[in-house]
Amino acid sequence: MRIIKNLTIGMSLIMGSQLVAAAGSGTTLDTVNPEADRMALRSYYQSRFPDSELSDYVNGIYAVDADSRSQWEELEEFPPYEFDVEEGERLFNTPFANGKGYADCFENGGIGIRQNFPYWNKEQGTVKTLEQEINECRENNGEAPLKWGKGAIAKVSAYMAWTSRGKVFDIKIPEGDKEALAAYLDGKEFFYTKRGQLNLSCSNCHLQGSNIRIRADLAGPALGHPSHFPVFRSKWGELGTLHRRYKGCHQDSRSKPLDMQSTTFRNLEFFQTYMSNGLVVNGPGSRK
Amino acid sequence: MRKLTTSMCAAGLLALIATAPASAATVDDVIAEGKAVYMGKSRGNCISCHQINDPDANLPGNQGPPMVAMAQRFPDKRLLRAQIWDASKTNPITIMPPLGKHWILSEEEIDAVVEYIYQF
Ligand code: HEC
Ligand code: HEC
Repeated sequence: MRIIKNLTIGMSLIMGSQLVAAAGSGTTLDTVNPEADRMALRSYYQSRFPDSELSDYVNGIYAVDADSRSQWEELEEFPPYEFDVEEGERLFNTPFANGKGYADCFENGGIGIRQNFPYWNKEQGTVKTLEQEINECRENNGEAPLKWGKGAIAKVSAYMAWTSRGKVFDIKIPEGDKEALAAYLDGKEFFYTKRGQLNLSCSNCHLQGSNIRIRADLAGPALGHPSHFPVFRSKWGELGTLHRRYKGCHQDSRSKPLDMQSTTFRNLEFFQTYMSNGLVVNGPGSRK
Repeated sequence: MRKLTTSMCAAGLLALIATAPASAATVDDVIAEGKAVYMGKSRGNCISCHQINDPDANLPGNQGPPMVAMAQRFPDKRLLRAQIWDASKTNPITIMPPLGKHWILSEEEIDAVVEYIYQF
């Protein structure tokens, strides 16, 4: 019928007791405690799926659902992202017109650094994502930016993730930095707030609804969400970035989705990746 | 809060306008319409969350309870209708969309889906 755009963005964070526990600490700058949130989310999943290892949450739904796991394991025998990683490596190593390359823009020549993204950039007062810095690198060297979402940017990002496999996510919120904390809180709020014509929050499907069927789809657990991105999704038939997925899921609540790399999506990535601290990078991944 | 109230008034108004014309639909028509609402992805899409003992229900989800013994469990049909119109009223964090309140379904469509599930 009618798409209700902003009308229905319910701002309150009303939660049932079990989910309050999963959400951890408070929802104001004075009460929010990211580390408490992270521990609460981990224990929520530990008690809900006692047979799943925490370290396995990097595998999304496959950590908690045995049936889809076996299909996925077959898929991973000939990983569908293999060519994309090779292509990403080639793109990564192809010099720009000015002779410089991606390696010149990143710490350690861009190798093995995926686990440090996204990070809080104090000077710019904003969260920076890997894809964002890939494009900044291009623009600073006189190249046109790539389109967010898929194609070359996803391939370069996939190669960079590949070189970082097994490294542990360690997202930092600098002590006493209220602005960084506010960015985290914004992401947390976005995750728990109901919105759109269907009145759905991310947490409706990815906390409450983890491993419960919506028709034939199973929403995976929120813990570990960003670990394996970019992802080769069979439904897409190609590689896509985390923000492409955010956009799709945001749209599923029948909202007008935010833009990829918008401030709020970057804050959401900051929140979600902080939640995944202690898990390893295992991108790129493959999903149904 | 003001916005929400406005939207609810608007929904009420819409309902008034929508129910105005007298309809000559038979019970069978209403139930067939209700079934189409229940199964339709771009309509109620109830099937995505609720099992129902209808041979045409293909790959139902299980986010919500199965549609069984409806007449026994909801002797007052109005309560059943209210659950569908706005599930968040009884449970603010429910995953079930507020099908009436957010204009996902028209008032007749809600009446029809109530009649359809009431048979199970
Ligand atoms: C209507 C239910 C629904 C809503 C609302 C929803 N998602 Fe999803 N989401 C899914 C399903 C189903 C999948 C596919 C199964 C999976 O991989 O979890 C998915 C997949 C994802 C993935 C990829 C997971 C992976 O392992 O590759 C991410 C990340 C994600 N969602 C984030 C979000 C965020 C952030 C929001 C809120 C803006 C959101 N989702 C809202 C149902 C939903
Ligand atoms: C996205 C999931 C979802 C969709 C779509 C959905 N529901 Fe529900 N429904 C639920 C959940 C979850 C509950 C459990 C109650 C709660 O969450 O408070 C529920 C509860 C109910 C109940 C109360 C059942 C009981 O045993 O108390 C009825 C009746 C119902 N739904 C009918 C419908 C109808 C009819 C539609 C479609 C027009 C529909 N639902 C669409 C998720 C959904």
